[in-house]
Amino acid sequence: MLNAIMKSVELGLLFALMALGVYITFRILDFPDLTVDGSFTTGGAIAAVMIAGGYSPWLATICAFLGGLVAGVCTGLLHTKGKINGLLSGILMMIALYSINLRIMGKKPNIAILNMDTIFTGANLLVVMIVVVVVVKLLLDLFLRTNLGLALRATGDNERMIRSFGANTGTTKIIGLSLSNGLVALSGAFIVQQSGFGDVTMGVGMIVVGLASVIIGEAIFGAKTVFRATLAVILGSVVYRIVIALALRVEWLDASDVKLITALIVIIALVVPAARRSAKQKSQAHKRTAELLSGTGPKGGVS
Amino acid sequence: MLQINQVSKLFNPGTPDEKIALVGIQLHLKPADFVTVIGSNGAGKSTLMNIISGVMRPDTGTLHIEGAAVGSLPEFKRSQWIGRVFQDPMAGTAPNMTIEENLAMAFYRGKVRGFGLGVNAAKRRMFKEQVARLGIGLENRFGAKVGTLSGGERQALSLLMSTFTSPKILLLDEHTAALDPARAELITQITQDIVREMKLTTLMVTHNMEQAIRLGNRLIMMDKGRIILDIDETRKKDLTVERLLGEFEQISGKKLADDRIVLG
Ligand SMILES: Nc1ncnc2c1ncn2[C@@H]1O[C@H](COP(=O)(O)OP(=O)(O)OP(=O)(O)O)[C@@H](O)[C@H]1O
Ligand SMILES: [Mg+2]
Repeated sequence: MLNAIMKSVELGLLFALMALGVYITFRILDFPDLTVDGSFTTGGAIAAVMIAGGYSPWLATICAFLGGLVAGVCTGLLHTKGKINGLLSGILMMIALYSINLRIMGKKPNIAILNMDTIFTGANLLVVMIVVVVVVKLLLDLFLRTNLGLALRATGDNERMIRSFGANTGTTKIIGLSLSNGLVALSGAFIVQQSGFGDVTMGVGMIVVGLASVIIGEAIFGAKTVFRATLAVILGSVVYRIVIALALRVEWLDASDVKLITALIVIIALVVPAARRSAKQKSQAHKRTAELLSGTGPKGGVS
Repeated sequence: MLQINQVSKLFNPGTPDEKIALVGIQLHLKPADFVTVIGSNGAGKSTLMNIISGVMRPDTGTLHIEGAAVGSLPEFKRSQWIGRVFQDPMAGTAPNMTIEENLAMAFYRGKVRGFGLGVNAAKRRMFKEQVARLGIGLENRFGAKVGTLSGGERQALSLLMSTFTSPKILLLDEHTAALDPARAELITQITQDIVREMKLTTLMVTHNMEQAIRLGNRLIMMDKGRIILDIDETRKKDLTVERLLGEFEQISGKKLADDRIVLG
């Protein structure tokens, strides 16, 4: 059991960077970016090919990050310069990346790097990942407090306002998408090195996993400040892995059900708070109506 | 300072939905002019503001700010010279960011936004000083998210944000219309103080006739996309609401139709 939890924590941290990427687009930019499924694989593919080719695993990891940055820029250009709907821009990039990823992998659907040196060789995976995730989190927090970072956040919060203060929101969107997909690709590169192989389908459904992590994290740990929110996303990613591990202990569920379970988690997390809000509002309305009819309580209207 | 020459704007031209928003607008503002703008619903006041700020492009005509042609510049580039406060208190601030973060973004109007910290100790002190001048206690709630402020507080903050880098032109489009009378008066007061102190060239749309007469040094009245009345400082001094409404009826041949009109 303890072993299973340790495994979940490891996986959670490996995927946490992907979740942070999803947080940047979905939460900060308010841009539902589906490039993620493609760019996760891009990162994995670049890392797998380079490591298999004998390059340093750290160099391979950095190149994977750069590959993700480029993918994000492409989505951003489609949306801002091509004026294509955001959702569609992401889907187009995701599809295009499927072919590109196969090209990167030399048209092989998977590449094994089991016997090669990775960044985890001779190191404790958990320790490496804690260090990486904490460093990335703190850098991201810092970035979001810079002038550029503030403009990026305002682009998602009130685009019209930040444009009226002279920020080019096309550029801030491209930067956000780029950074997001860079982190997603980085996560893909880590997963390849942990599992020992890269697969062209490894990114399928990643966007929903990322969303699940973001939503779980926010629900449990809150998102009052940027510092809290990014921490919540990372912890959300870990909790998600623990939930999946527990679910898989149920006898009639098996590994192929993971995507369904993930979708259900996201659906529940989206539906329940909304339903709760509307129920609360309704009961409030009933109470107030009764008060108004009986002439007790404060008079209506806002002051 | 601001020169608008022969600006026209049509919506859906050549269709049954055609709307003439502006026709041959000619308007020159001198530095430190404070012009109030009144007019019936759909007269084109907001469209004029949107064309000056670059949200929309005119169909014909030219725009110059301090002699430089700005008509073809995108909105975000023009923003370095133009401060704006919108009617909707939600529109001018980022609700999920703190007061100081909002101020930091406004402070960088027209500058390159790089990797410098948005808020540091020195800037925070400077922002606090500025906010304190509003006299509504916002300086004590610096870490609060702007979404938690009332409409009036937000509008005061928007006003400060849009002016504290001394824009060449300040555009106010009914920025007190969504507030209750007491708060509207407070914001009007703050507007007057800031504009006077910073000598800002200002264009202010209002539905309050008394305010339009009391504030500023020039008053223009719009109807059906045209400027139908332009009253300068000397004539504005002894203008009354009745006389203003009378002039409107005489020129346009109808009563001023404005669903938000406030006489004074
Ligand atoms: N985006 C748009 N598309 C089509 N028609 C528009 C658009 N914006 C404005 N109009 C039309 O242009 C005309 C001028 O509108 P504008 O908003 O400038 O009037 P206004 O003077 O600000 O009126 P109000 O006092 O109601 O704010 C109106 O007939 C309006 O219906
Ligand atoms: Mg208007």
